[in-house]
Amino acid sequence: MPLDLFTVGDPIADTKAPMDVPIGERWSTRRFRARLVNPANRRKLTVIVVGTGLAGGSAAATLGEAGYKVKNFWFHDSPRRAHSVAAQGGINAAKNYRNDGDSVHRLFYDTVKGGDFRSRENNVHRLAEVSVNIIDQCVAQGVPFAREYGGLLDNRSFGGAQVSRTFYARGQTGQQLLYGAYQALERQMAAGTVEQFARHEMLDLIVIDGRARGIVARNLITGEVSTHFADAVVLATGGYSNVFYLSTNAKGSNATAIWRAHKRGAYFANPCYTQIHPTCIPVKGDYQSKLTLMSESLRNDGRVWVPKERGDTRDPRDIPEGERDYYLERIYPAFGNLVPRDIASRQAKNVCDEGRGVGPGGLGVYLDFGDAMKRLGRPAIEAKYGNLFDMYAQITGEDPYETPMRIYPAVHYTMGGLWVDYDLQSTIPGMFVIGEANFSDHGANRLGASALMQGLADGYFVLPNTINDYLADGPFEKVDDSHPAVAEALQEVQGRVQKLLSINGNRTPASFHRELGRLMWDLCGMERSEESLRKALDRIPEIRQEFWTNLKVSGDENTINPTLEHAGRVADFIELAELMCVDALHRAESCGGHFRAESQTPEGEALRDDENFAYVAAWEWTPEGAPPVLHREALEYEYVHLAQRSYK
Amino acid sequence: MAVVTVTQPGQRRAPKAAKTSSVFKKVVMAVSGIILVLYLIAHMIGNLKVFAGRESFNGYSHWIRTIGEPAVPAQTTLTIIRIVLLAAVIAHIWAAIALWRQAKRARPNGYVTKKAVAQSYASRTMRWGGVIVGLFVVYHILDLTMGVANPEGPGTTPYDRLVAGFSNPLITAVYVIALILLGMHLRHGIWSATQTLGQSNKRRERTVNLFALVFSVVLIGGFLLVPFSVLFGLVG
Amino acid sequence: MTATREGATFASGTATDPAMAPHNMTLTLRIWRQRGPADKGRMVTYQVEDISPDMSFLEMLDVLNEKLILAGDDPVVFDHDCREGICGSCGLMINGTAHGRGTSGGPTTTCQLHMRKFKDGDTIDIEPWRATAFPVIKDLSVDRSALDRIIQSGGYISAPTGTAPEAHSILVPKKDSDAAFDAATCIGCGACVAACPNASSMLFTAAKVSHLGLLPQGQPERNERVVNMVAQQDREGFGGCTNIGECSAACPKGISMENISRLNHDLLGALRAGARPKS
Repeated sequence: MPLDLFTVGDPIADTKAPMDVPIGERWSTRRFRARLVNPANRRKLTVIVVGTGLAGGSAAATLGEAGYKVKNFWFHDSPRRAHSVAAQGGINAAKNYRNDGDSVHRLFYDTVKGGDFRSRENNVHRLAEVSVNIIDQCVAQGVPFAREYGGLLDNRSFGGAQVSRTFYARGQTGQQLLYGAYQALERQMAAGTVEQFARHEMLDLIVIDGRARGIVARNLITGEVSTHFADAVVLATGGYSNVFYLSTNAKGSNATAIWRAHKRGAYFANPCYTQIHPTCIPVKGDYQSKLTLMSESLRNDGRVWVPKERGDTRDPRDIPEGERDYYLERIYPAFGNLVPRDIASRQAKNVCDEGRGVGPGGLGVYLDFGDAMKRLGRPAIEAKYGNLFDMYAQITGEDPYETPMRIYPAVHYTMGGLWVDYDLQSTIPGMFVIGEANFSDHGANRLGASALMQGLADGYFVLPNTINDYLADGPFEKVDDSHPAVAEALQEVQGRVQKLLSINGNRTPASFHRELGRLMWDLCGMERSEESLRKALDRIPEIRQEFWTNLKVSGDENTINPTLEHAGRVADFIELAELMCVDALHRAESCGGHFRAESQTPEGEALRDDENFAYVAAWEWTPEGAPPVLHREALEYEYVHLAQRSYK
Repeated sequence: MAVVTVTQPGQRRAPKAAKTSSVFKKVVMAVSGIILVLYLIAHMIGNLKVFAGRESFNGYSHWIRTIGEPAVPAQTTLTIIRIVLLAAVIAHIWAAIALWRQAKRARPNGYVTKKAVAQSYASRTMRWGGVIVGLFVVYHILDLTMGVANPEGPGTTPYDRLVAGFSNPLITAVYVIALILLGMHLRHGIWSATQTLGQSNKRRERTVNLFALVFSVVLIGGFLLVPFSVLFGLVG
Repeated sequence: MTATREGATFASGTATDPAMAPHNMTLTLRIWRQRGPADKGRMVTYQVEDISPDMSFLEMLDVLNEKLILAGDDPVVFDHDCREGICGSCGLMINGTAHGRGTSGGPTTTCQLHMRKFKDGDTIDIEPWRATAFPVIKDLSVDRSALDRIIQSGGYISAPTGTAPEAHSILVPKKDSDAAFDAATCIGCGACVAACPNASSMLFTAAKVSHLGLLPQGQPERNERVVNMVAQQDREGFGGCTNIGECSAACPKGISMENISRLNHDLLGALRAGARPKS
């Protein structure tokens, strides 16, 4: 082990899940054992929620309904802009409406297996349990899920599941679920239980006497940096895919909130677990600012193929069946085009590495609806995927009804995130982390239609039950700006803003971001090796060094200044990238989205090393350039037995 | 709490906001417009009497002024019609001005460059077209109803005034232009009224649009028959 | 990632092949610059070169901004986020039409408008949404929180977390569910307001009234919802709807005018039933 890169600290463990009862009773037992807060006392307790996506929006609304004083922060103009809005495919729930053998246990089993045995059984089981409540809740809110002619909810099979448990609203499920949460949130704002802080970016966490007591936020319109206090802080700030610059995340998605919290003491778990989504529109040019995902649901009817011959540049429609390689169907006859995301992505990379990729740069594979159009007819395809086809046509200028789509994998989701216990509390008491921002439920790979499920499970049902146990000790001692810890945090944020503005070098934040992103994609992307990661770890400090000496930010801090915002976020991405590489390097096994070239089966499949790596890597930040400290949380599998994942 | 608003029995009187809501203005516009359209239908049919000859036309004109006699004094019915029409016109104009002022307040500084994507010529000309039609109505009353602006002058029979006026190509041109503008106003107005009164939907949209078009063409065509017939000597 | 493989031409994909579509556009941009809400603002002319037809409109503005930053100038501020046409953040008046609808040839958001819709040498006017209810924050960025307040006034179903009945206990005819979905796709970008000659937010409000009013779950609050939302949009200073149809034409999600009719229908019914807006 490269001990120069990190040190090993004490193991860490979750102590909140009641292990004395069977897994199916743990969540209800935990709710029973968790202390409650008297409704009259809730008004005296303030909770800060950062973020308004599925997790943050649902949590803020629910906590407001419960009677807590909620302060909700977000950097967009409206809570409805949060990036959950872009999720397309659907949301899983173990309703078994199709009578196809689904159950809470099967969803639990599939999720643990899909996560390549790197997630915590207790959390996953709870997720499967509350999945059914989410659908009920969303329907009651008026989320217009797809329905059948009899008026019942429609389901589809999604992303590698052999049961139809995915609920969807055309190709805009995330949007509709988010608007449900958004409307609930706006209702609470009207009721006065949730105070809104639009266009505010959290730039630091305030920790006093070991408890999270507030945040430092910058008003993005006026530039004012101010402190906000609470009895508990909830981070729902999403994932960090934008460390790769090009990802399917929104331009504004960033890791700043969780990274600052990490630097204040919250452990960061499994940062190297990133999900590469197989069905994105390929990259076209240097100018490209983001990648667009095409819902994975496309793989239900589309067939993935490349020409059998290298360098075959014929029009795809002119390539006869016999000269096409439907490689997913060939390699994985049981699952075919529906293999999990990590496998579909890596196989796309493999065929392109073989020189059989299609389109500009040879970085693409075909997703062909020819058979489906013949089988179902164009109207059926339009009804199912119309908006996705339109989007593809708009971006590429090609008509996907006429010619196969071209797709290529892109970074999409980060399974890693701040370490939390069963109560979703981080290692900083009073700071809770929900949704994609935490690491909790997906292990090393997330199944399709599970992100929406987790975000809403955390926000509607889990956090509002577990946070009570912590808040039962409150209200905590009143604090204000005069407290030394507060003054220090405030000063640090202000100093940092000044520093970013004063470097006055020759490179824009975007230029550093692009460089970092390409480095991470090449060296810590779909395939990682000790060599590539060491190279990245050599290079990242140089980028950081140059960033802090050659950055150019124009404008000032007293007005809306997107360049300044971006610069701050890039600074944090650079630091996070380093930790990701350290984590990826230390985990000398392949699992889920983390594929180490050194650890594969003779057939080229990911090879786990359960003996040495069946743990969560929770990293502790150490200031002053000291290497990070690794805390291991051992993963034990009582109910789903460790097995090599196989989709053949 | 903004949970469920229960309307209290004591809260019957609408607050001021509801009375002046933009939708209320539009409803006033639609209802007054419908009244005016109904009148136009009757007016157009009455005009066709001109083809039945001088006596018939003048007799029709006289009849309007004597409906209900002797049960009611002379001109009662006509006066009621006139009051209703005047009220409808005032309400229509009030709604138009109020909405126009609201629009001005809603965007005091316009775009440097602004182009229409969908709006039809008819919808774009509702406001100015409406003003022109309004001016035309004033002229029309002075011309044919009162006769003060007619070449024949007041005190003549309606038929004489009509023939005298439309024998002049210039006057006929004024009428033709105004009527075409009115037709466009109606075409959009009819669709707009169904929309405002909540009676339009995707299924009906085509039908409503087609109806508005056919109705406007027939109505205006009917009106235009008269001046053209005079101009080309078919009536004289 | 951008290397062009030798001979990798793609018959039906000429537009996306960098070899076939070189970075060859030079454009003149006339952009509204306004330092803040109090500033008067003016159009400023810029030149951008080397614009690829495959760039999105916002990527083209990125190119300009990178240049401005390096020159030490204030980059042009505009709202944007997902860049895939769903978050509703972006919204520019492009050559006089919202989201460049006059150029796009189909419903679009600004981020999904691509430069292949323009020609080399074009002059493009870029302005912010203009409405009293959307005050300019800076340059092309406006404050659209008025739309959130319209939602606050009633654009929701009151269903506190945990109170929901089993999902299948509520049957919704597919026709209603589909129509509700169509209305619910509104992304709140404000293009309807920007395009409307009256600066009316009626299409936005109507979309939400329709979405919730078409579903059985939305019935208990249906009357109060519509009267309160309409009253709120008037209070915010939006103009009145005069059924022109620019809103629907500019709408990136194609929200139909029939929703406005439905709102009017609901409103008249609600008023008849005695519903009155909260003051």
